[in-house]
Amino acid sequence: MQDSLLSAVEGFMYPNEIELQWSILIVLYPYITGLVAGAFILASLERVFKVEAVKPTYRLALLTALAFLLVAPLPLQMHLGHPERSLQMYLTPHTSSAMAMFGFVYLWYLLAVLVLEIWLDYRKEIVLMARQASGWKKLLYQTMSLGVDDISEESLAIDQKVGQFLTVIGIPSAFLLHGYVGFIFGSIKANPWWSTPMMPIVFLFSAIVSGIALVLLVYMVFSYINGTRIDMVCVDTIARYLMYAFIIDFTLEGIDLLHRMYEADESFKSLDFMVHTKLFVSQILLQIIFGGLLPIGLLALPQLVAVTERARRGLYLLATSLTLIGILAMRWNVVIGGQLFSKSFLGYTTYKVDFATREGLLPAILLLILPFLILIGLLKLLPPWESTANVHEGEEPRAV
Amino acid sequence: MRHLMKNKVHLFRMAGLFVVGFLVFAGARAVFVPEGFGVYGHYRAGALEDNRAFPLVHAGRAACAGCHGDEPEALKASRHAKVGCEACHGALAVHADDPAKLTPKKPDAKTLCLVCHMANVAKPSGFKQISPEDHPEGVCTECHDPHSPADAPKPAPAPVQKEAAK
Ligand code: HEC
Ligand code: HEC
Ligand code: HEC
Ligand code: HEC
Repeated sequence: MQDSLLSAVEGFMYPNEIELQWSILIVLYPYITGLVAGAFILASLERVFKVEAVKPTYRLALLTALAFLLVAPLPLQMHLGHPERSLQMYLTPHTSSAMAMFGFVYLWYLLAVLVLEIWLDYRKEIVLMARQASGWKKLLYQTMSLGVDDISEESLAIDQKVGQFLTVIGIPSAFLLHGYVGFIFGSIKANPWWSTPMMPIVFLFSAIVSGIALVLLVYMVFSYINGTRIDMVCVDTIARYLMYAFIIDFTLEGIDLLHRMYEADESFKSLDFMVHTKLFVSQILLQIIFGGLLPIGLLALPQLVAVTERARRGLYLLATSLTLIGILAMRWNVVIGGQLFSKSFLGYTTYKVDFATREGLLPAILLLILPFLILIGLLKLLPPWESTANVHEGEEPRAV
Repeated sequence: MRHLMKNKVHLFRMAGLFVVGFLVFAGARAVFVPEGFGVYGHYRAGALEDNRAFPLVHAGRAACAGCHGDEPEALKASRHAKVGCEACHGALAVHADDPAKLTPKKPDAKTLCLVCHMANVAKPSGFKQISPEDHPEGVCTECHDPHSPADAPKPAPAPVQKEAAK
């Protein structure tokens, strides 16, 4: 046992550093919360900043955010030996614990922001469905409408106002929700790979990037499956925002890197070594080149030269997929990278991902699939494509 | 009142739902937060009593010396002086209380000694450590007396490289 553990180690490692405590599931956690925050911020673009062009993705973005938010705590639960004890965080929260306090931010964001906003936005459809559906469906929609049948102009106008207000407080909530994930890492002062005040900001911007990319990808893929036309103005606009956000994110990470190189404190040699060896593939190749520079380049292309619609769709498909991989790699590099080197800066350990164990690759893959299943369910329940409903007049609004 | 609610019934119902949710939460807290939580700090005050009520499982080496003579004497003079009897023999309060109740098993040196002495760069370099592959073969206690480990190892020792003690 001890032999096999030590074979994973090069150089000097303190005994408690040999095995990684934060597994691939802890990589997923900031990834998934990031997707939530990003998707929500895209939705608020339309609502608060009145960017009409991205309207077709407004509801989709909200539902995506909800689907992923529901899954966000699961990797943490799986990581815990006693998941039921996580509820203690709500019952007897410790005010000095970032985790405990942000449990409430999560709850607030889930219930008071996302669910409420989606409910207000869909209320008209919910009431209409409650009127026309029958059986258990009718009951379901009636429950969702809270038994109120009023969809008069006045009441919808009030909903609109309240929704607007919710979005406005939703944006800082989304920032807080994801800023906190960076905060948790950034405030671990014993770990030079993590401990920087840039961390929350970098996490936030990469969250925005990944969330926008996700919604764009989901929009294109679901439109394709659904047989609806892709609104190119919308897609082009989102792609442009994605590019801007990505450039900011990339620059911030670049500043962080430059600053580390210039400061070159006692940890630098060790971190530098890691980036050239154990993290080479995930950091240099996946995060920076294929998940950073390449998608930015792909997104910039239509801005520089004329590209046909078809080609643009292909470009966006590729760029968003690469972006999602790049940001996942970034989370990996932060979470796993931060545990691979010894705090003595004299040794390195290895992380071997298990497969079908509680914290292995298999549950990680399932946890990444789960939000899409939830999303499909949500899309069935609350179809976001108004146009589809209108096309098939007379029959039930077609879901995905 | 009627006027105030006009067109906003659904909002009031939703607000009511939130109030209900809050009450459920407050109720759950009242039920699940254990009695005495927070009296002394961020824990259940009764936990102190519970811990105190645990039976003692370690007797301490002074107790052993009350009945056993040779081992404590030998140990005191050796480099193992600071290692407690029960660090190797396990918790023996029941035995010390009434030897008839429990006769201790002899520790298995094959696994016991390496728990502490396995070479590892992370240990202080002054601490005696060995790598079994560079050390004379055999069960440790064939050559070392656990209660006086430096005493000339019993069989004539084969030449040993002092590999681990860098
Ligand atoms: C009340 C007197 C008493 C105390 C205190 C006591 N022992 Fe013993 N011990 C005995 C007796 C008597 C035996 C022989 C029992 C037997 O053979 O069944 C014995 C046997 C043993 C043996 C087994 C010896 C063998 O030949 O297998 C070990 C080991 C041992 N004791 C360790 C300890 C340790 C360690 C402590 C301190 C935690 C301790 N004892 C405290 C009386 C005591
Ligand atoms: C470094 C570990 C270690 C420590 C410390 C230690 N023992 Fe032992 N003890 C052993 C081992 C191993 C054996 C079994 C030896 C054998 O198998 O021949 C043993 C055997 C014994 C025996 C049985 C003696 C025999 O000849 O069969 C007694 C009694 C005993 N120990 C008492 C004590 C007491 C009392 C103390 C504390 C003063 C103590 N031991 C501390 C490892 C230890
Ligand atoms: C609980 C930890 C522990 C266990 C178990 C243990 N030892 Fe030790 N051993 C020590 C300590 C502590 C020292 C003293 C180191 C020092 O003084 O620097 C030591 C020293 C020694 C020495 C060096 C003595 C000298 O004078 O140079 C030998 C040999 C030794 N132990 C053999 C053994 C054997 C054989 C066993 C198994 C029966 C054993 N040890 C089990 C902790 C342990
Ligand atoms: C065949 C006899 C033999 C066996 C079996 C044996 N040793 Fe030794 N051991 C010795 C001799 C001889 C020395 C003294 C070597 C020296 O000081 O150069 C020694 C020294 C040691 C030292 C002190 C090393 C140092 O750097 O001073 C430790 C610790 C030790 N042995 C532990 C163990 C442990 C643990 C085992 C069981 C895995 C074990 N020994 C098995 C013969 C043996």
